[in-house]
Amino acid sequence: MNLSSSVFRNDEIAVYNLRELYQSYGYNLYKINRFEEYDLYARNKNFLVSENILTFTDTNGRLMALKPDVTLSLIKNIALGADQTYKVFYNENVYRTSSASNGFKEIVQTGLECIGKVDMMSECEVLMLAIKSLECISNESILDISHMGFIEGLLDSEKLSANEKEKFLFAIESKNLSEIKRLCNINGIPDNLLNILEVIVNMYLPLDKSIEILSEMALNSKMLDALRELSDIADAMKIYGLQDKILLDFSVVNNRNYYNGITFKGFIKGIPESILSGGRYDKLLEKMGKQSRAIGFAVYLDKIERYGNNESSFDVDALIIYDPALSYKKIINAVEEIRGQGKSVKLAVVIDNSVKYKELLKITERGVELLERNDKYSAS
Amino acid sequence: MKEMISIALPKGRLGEKAYKILADAGVECPAINEESRKLIFENAEKGVRYFWVKPSDVVIYVERGAADIGIAGKDIILEYSPDIYELADLGIGKCRMAVAAKKDFCDKRDTTLRVATKFPNIAKDYYNKQSREIDIIKLNGSIELAPILEMSDVIVDIVETGKTLLENDLEPKQDIVDISARLIANKVSYKFKNKEIRTICEGIEKIIK
Repeated sequence: MNLSSSVFRNDEIAVYNLRELYQSYGYNLYKINRFEEYDLYARNKNFLVSENILTFTDTNGRLMALKPDVTLSLIKNIALGADQTYKVFYNENVYRTSSASNGFKEIVQTGLECIGKVDMMSECEVLMLAIKSLECISNESILDISHMGFIEGLLDSEKLSANEKEKFLFAIESKNLSEIKRLCNINGIPDNLLNILEVIVNMYLPLDKSIEILSEMALNSKMLDALRELSDIADAMKIYGLQDKILLDFSVVNNRNYYNGITFKGFIKGIPESILSGGRYDKLLEKMGKQSRAIGFAVYLDKIERYGNNESSFDVDALIIYDPALSYKKIINAVEEIRGQGKSVKLAVVIDNSVKYKELLKITERGVELLERNDKYSAS
Repeated sequence: MKEMISIALPKGRLGEKAYKILADAGVECPAINEESRKLIFENAEKGVRYFWVKPSDVVIYVERGAADIGIAGKDIILEYSPDIYELADLGIGKCRMAVAAKKDFCDKRDTTLRVATKFPNIAKDYYNKQSREIDIIKLNGSIELAPILEMSDVIVDIVETGKTLLENDLEPKQDIVDISARLIANKVSYKFKNKEIRTICEGIEKIIK
């Protein structure tokens, strides 16, 4: 679909482009009620980004919530057959608190989920769609992928307390090598492990090249499994022709209660934070008593609202002044003719100084007169 | 094309020392030493742009991507916990975060502890881990005054030599964490300007070794 960037904002265009992309791969739009019973979130607090939930009492006295998350509602409502794979996407408003805004914020979120029989092929397809989603928004984009299994396998090879493990994970997340060295020192971690940690913290390469380096480093089956999975993904991305767009970065750590296996985050140049986030979340399905697997991601469209705004310096192409004494016919015909030339018009009785226009026109008895032209800053 | 790297430096002595390390690491910007009212200094040839900001604001500039990298004290990083990469310990501006109190003070844990500090998050975190109930008094300066005037039992503050404490009849009681200046980076800049940032990083690592 071709939407004019002079009319629509980037996030609005993205909604349509993403929808077109997802539908073209057979994902169906899934519409969810804005409200959900609070109980659902109370039972699954671990899986939420923030624990703050906007609640209200419904007319029948039930405690309801404005949904802070779409995935939970989706999983609750999908009736899974044994051999089925649900491929859906959504475009919904969610309500969350953020540190930057004091209070709740309405966030437009588009996301995609693949639930049920999720094999490697489905996983690769979702990753391809994540990369293509970013490409819909900018041609300078990156998808960073990580695998929880690799890091967990690495840390499991030493007997660390949960507390120490958490400290290691946080240091990896912030690429803090001096902290990692300090932690290794305190815990008596052998040098070979420190070397691996050093490599994975500093390394930032396309997935296929990273795997070549890491293949020597697997210490146990958990790490090997993770590498095998990543290697399959790298092969598939090569076939899609997207191998340059996917990089391995173990600092990508999403909510560990929620995700297992691969996790990923998407970035575009010019926005200082991630705009796409997702991963495998089999644990959530397990907790909700469903025997199946799931992978999905969300795109945070609110973050691209300001991105690369080709801010048109003009409000309107032509500001048209008319004499109220003129006949309607004269005014309407003149305006429609100018619009017919592909220009946007604003009709006014007097010149409005707050309007930025390219041309100032006046309709008189004799026809249309050009009073002023401001093409200096013309964007088009 | 070489990407321009924006660097936020903390105003003051620490920032000047940090700039010297960066300059030695190969990203000098001679304009910065000239007396002027300019806010931003650029060296197009090296592809760097420097600006001075309030030390506690460096993390904000970097987290929001207005600066790609910056120099910030570990105290500021711990207090604000920004979502950034912490790439290197510059080994300068060394001091420690500590609990201090009047010499004769002894925490008997029988009442809520009144804590005066410029770093409420660090203080809260430290006492939370000990399951200690505290009453935070956030101050912006002259923290030592609080226990002298009996407004607080203890203070949580930066201790360099301990001289200021001593002169006011106070002494450090427990150390919380070691502090020094760190090289931090915006997470997305690190991805899109990886080569440039890694080069600076490696230059710094060679110097501080």
